[in-house]
Amino acid sequence: MDAFTRLDAKIAPLPLANIDTDQIIPKQFLKTVEREGLAKGLFYDLRFDVDGKAKPDFVLNRPEFKGAGVLVAGDNFGCGSSREHAPWALMDFGIRCVVSTSFADIFYNNCFQNGLLPVVLPAEQVQALMEEAKGGNHLVTVDLEAQTVVSPSGQTFAFEIDPQRKEKMLKGLDAIGETLQAAPDIDLYEMKAALSKPWLEDA
Amino acid sequence: MRPMPGKTLYDKIWESHLVADQDGESIFYIDLHLIHEVTTPQAFAGLRAAKRAVRRPDRTLAVADHNVPTEGQALGVAAVADDEARLQLQTLERNVKDYGIEFFPMGDVRNGIVHVVGPEQGRSQPGMTIVCGDSHTSTHGAFGALAQGIGTSEVEHVLATQTLRQKKSKNLRVTLEGEPIPGVGAKDYALAVIREIGTAGGTGYVIEYAGSAIRALSMEGRMTLCNLTIEAGARAGLVAPDETTFDYLRGRPATPKGAAWEMALPYWQSFFSDPDAHFDREITIDAGSIAPLVTWGTSPEDVIAVTDRVPELASFATPDKRASAERALEYMGLEAGQPITEARVDVVFIGSCTNSRIEDLRAAAKIVEGRKVAGHVRAMVVPGSGLVRAQAEDEGLDGIFLAAGFEWREPGCSMCLAMNPDKVPPGQRCASTSNRNFEGRQGRAGRTHLMSPVMAAAAAIAGHIADVRDFL
Repeated sequence: MDAFTRLDAKIAPLPLANIDTDQIIPKQFLKTVEREGLAKGLFYDLRFDVDGKAKPDFVLNRPEFKGAGVLVAGDNFGCGSSREHAPWALMDFGIRCVVSTSFADIFYNNCFQNGLLPVVLPAEQVQALMEEAKGGNHLVTVDLEAQTVVSPSGQTFAFEIDPQRKEKMLKGLDAIGETLQAAPDIDLYEMKAALSKPWLEDA
Repeated sequence: MRPMPGKTLYDKIWESHLVADQDGESIFYIDLHLIHEVTTPQAFAGLRAAKRAVRRPDRTLAVADHNVPTEGQALGVAAVADDEARLQLQTLERNVKDYGIEFFPMGDVRNGIVHVVGPEQGRSQPGMTIVCGDSHTSTHGAFGALAQGIGTSEVEHVLATQTLRQKKSKNLRVTLEGEPIPGVGAKDYALAVIREIGTAGGTGYVIEYAGSAIRALSMEGRMTLCNLTIEAGARAGLVAPDETTFDYLRGRPATPKGAAWEMALPYWQSFFSDPDAHFDREITIDAGSIAPLVTWGTSPEDVIAVTDRVPELASFATPDKRASAERALEYMGLEAGQPITEARVDVVFIGSCTNSRIEDLRAAAKIVEGRKVAGHVRAMVVPGSGLVRAQAEDEGLDGIFLAAGFEWREPGCSMCLAMNPDKVPPGQRCASTSNRNFEGRQGRAGRTHLMSPVMAAAAAIAGHIADVRDFL
């Protein structure tokens, strides 16, 4: 996983609630067997018309938002399917942080597996960021160590994050490697379970 | 000394699967890992790159469901026309072979939608922890199992360690009391719950469903309800196991037999919420107050009774909600204030992990029998598995659907997410028994109305959204 410490990047506003993972990355891009290359499908139906031509009005198609690294979006971002292709597509496009009032559980969890930082802020601060982001070419600073977002006008918003998740993201730790350190505990659990639930062993 | 407080069903499953605590995160054991072609290729690639093994291939079961065509399955994967889908299916075949995982390939009568197959084979059992790289894994909670959808990185984690790292969720109990009116069932209950708490209402919770209306539900109905729990934002839904559960399990291929059954039964019976268990939130709904429901918009919380009108924009509390509703109306091609029964449908889809089980097909067939699908409607039934399809054929349901003008197709996820060739064409309106009405879900610019199998059957006959009570 990519480590995330501090990010200085352009911010782009997407003022829609309930942006689901079907919108983030539509189904036709899920047939890949790779993690890479999904940027082409990010927000596909919002970015492109039926003929595959870029919609000039869509925020991420506008030159002043080119290269945005932070997205600020409406409530319940990432609801719907468990597809990890959603954070993969965002990362592949260059987005490293999404700010919203709330995230769907599975998407939120998937972000932490990939070094994409989901930041939860109160509604009025999300609104303030949306307003400041509007014109484009505005930079924000997201500092995970300090747990702050500094808006284009210099307002500092503090955010909460689970300390274990923060630590792993700061260091880019591999969850499987961590868990395998507990392999003796897993062995022991399995031995006990085999005795107490033998019917599961010969299924 | 104060007595120990009671435990919820969720608390009991959670505690009985804890392996270790590591840096404040719990590592808990996974009893059953279901896998499919779409969310696993990158997980197996990760395992290979790190030279890791699959810890418990015997606790892993693979199916091909998301992108399989719903015709010509007997021709095998090599005949799948879509190059990318074929490669993904072949990748799964190679992975299960390399790692010794049981697999029901496309065309095998046991294959079908992963959340139909697990229960049907008796693999999903009470008190278990179950995961799958698919959000509708919540379905298996119908058995009193903690079942949740995970991402691909976690699929790799479970393959390598047979555990998951997580923090415990909060407990939410939804109690449904009373008897439903005719034409109302589990799908309507689920839509009523989502209408009540919203699509983010369950975020951070595990939902337990309780009450007399839940006890009266069949296993198929409980699966429908638990399936849609994710649409209320909760990763898992639960129903405590009872005689209905045990009757369903008895005699299935993977359920214990004889002495093993006698040993398993008391264990399963220990999974219920204690009377004094603490729930962080409680909701009660009168089952008798629920009318047949449909969605009008592009979020599963956009729910109205079939007798209602499409909501007026002024009825939405905040500017954000109003803006979302306006966008949804435009996408759906509907006017605020119009009766929803005026919405003419072009496509009817009976299928998906929500509603493709034998009971769903029986209920729909009852409405369809002796009637004809409206001339302008394309209607299709996609059974949830090869076994459901075979049973329906034994019961003559295929004949009823075919005589009415439905297509009778082969199993898979099909038009629920339209990864395979079954798609709602742009601008067309679909009465669907599936689980998501998101923009583009069933095909780009396709318009989805979620409803129960009997309501979808009624829509097929009427040619527009219709009240099933007129067809009973």
